[in-house]
Amino acid sequence: MMPDLGKYAAAVLSAYGVTLVLLAAIVGLSWWRAARVRRALAAQEDRMARDG
Amino acid sequence: MPNPPKPRTMSIWEYANPKKFMQTSGWLLPWVAGLSAVALVVGLVWGFFFTPDDYKQGSTVKIIYIHVPAAMMAINIWVMMLAASLIWLVRRHHVSALAAKAAAPIGVTMTLIALFTGAIWGEPMWGTWWAWDPRLTSFLILFLFYLGYVALWEAIDNPDTAADLTGVLCLVGSVFAVLSRYAVNFWNQGLHQGASLSLDKEENVADVFYFPLLVCIAGFVGLFVALLLLRTRTEIRLRRLKALEARERMA
Repeated sequence: MMPDLGKYAAAVLSAYGVTLVLLAAIVGLSWWRAARVRRALAAQEDRMARDG
Repeated sequence: MPNPPKPRTMSIWEYANPKKFMQTSGWLLPWVAGLSAVALVVGLVWGFFFTPDDYKQGSTVKIIYIHVPAAMMAINIWVMMLAASLIWLVRRHHVSALAAKAAAPIGVTMTLIALFTGAIWGEPMWGTWWAWDPRLTSFLILFLFYLGYVALWEAIDNPDTAADLTGVLCLVGSVFAVLSRYAVNFWNQGLHQGASLSLDKEENVADVFYFPLLVCIAGFVGLFVALLLLRTRTEIRLRRLKALEARERMA
């Protein structure tokens, strides 16, 4: 299944590896922060609705 | 006599209303995210597993499927930030300023990918990781501008002042976004070749590499739009949270 990358295997694999790690990092960070802020805002709205 | 009410027409400016933006983006986001994930997987798998080696470059040609889309996005995200900043500076739409802010870290990531994969590709092909070539140099400066832009947003407490100053910084940095795109055309001494996707058949890459590349580009564009929607939604919520906290303190 794995294509024969020949003598450039290290270059090609590290390029793809670095890219996937960086893309995963930005997606993960954005997602995590989105969830955190959404929860914080919901909690604040709840509290203010309760307390008037 | 009072003016009659204006007829309601759909206009792009409706999305400047945060509420309208939240509604539409919430509906759109899963679709964009899903489609871009499909395009990315198809494009990268096609490019990595099912394309031949280049007769000159061997298997390193496979790096094109990440390097070219990432570099395109690095430049185009800055152009999108420029448009959003101008809309903020001229029309004072907050969503626009927040969209520019939300886009910058995605641009940082794309620029890093382009620089990294370029270095990894350059070493076997040019015999060097880095050269002070016009395109590479303007790309490095674009990266520094991205970092400065993000830092400036973080450094200023007043959100409107931050949006103003980062907007001006974005205008200035656009010189390097444009240079990284076009420098290669008028400084001939560079190592980096010209456009990979020009319509000029002489310079263009062969079809067998071109079609998977188009799919990858679509995937990268989609990923950017999905992340932009997600991150702009976060910024809008954060702004509302700050406003509510301030109101609570006043009471």
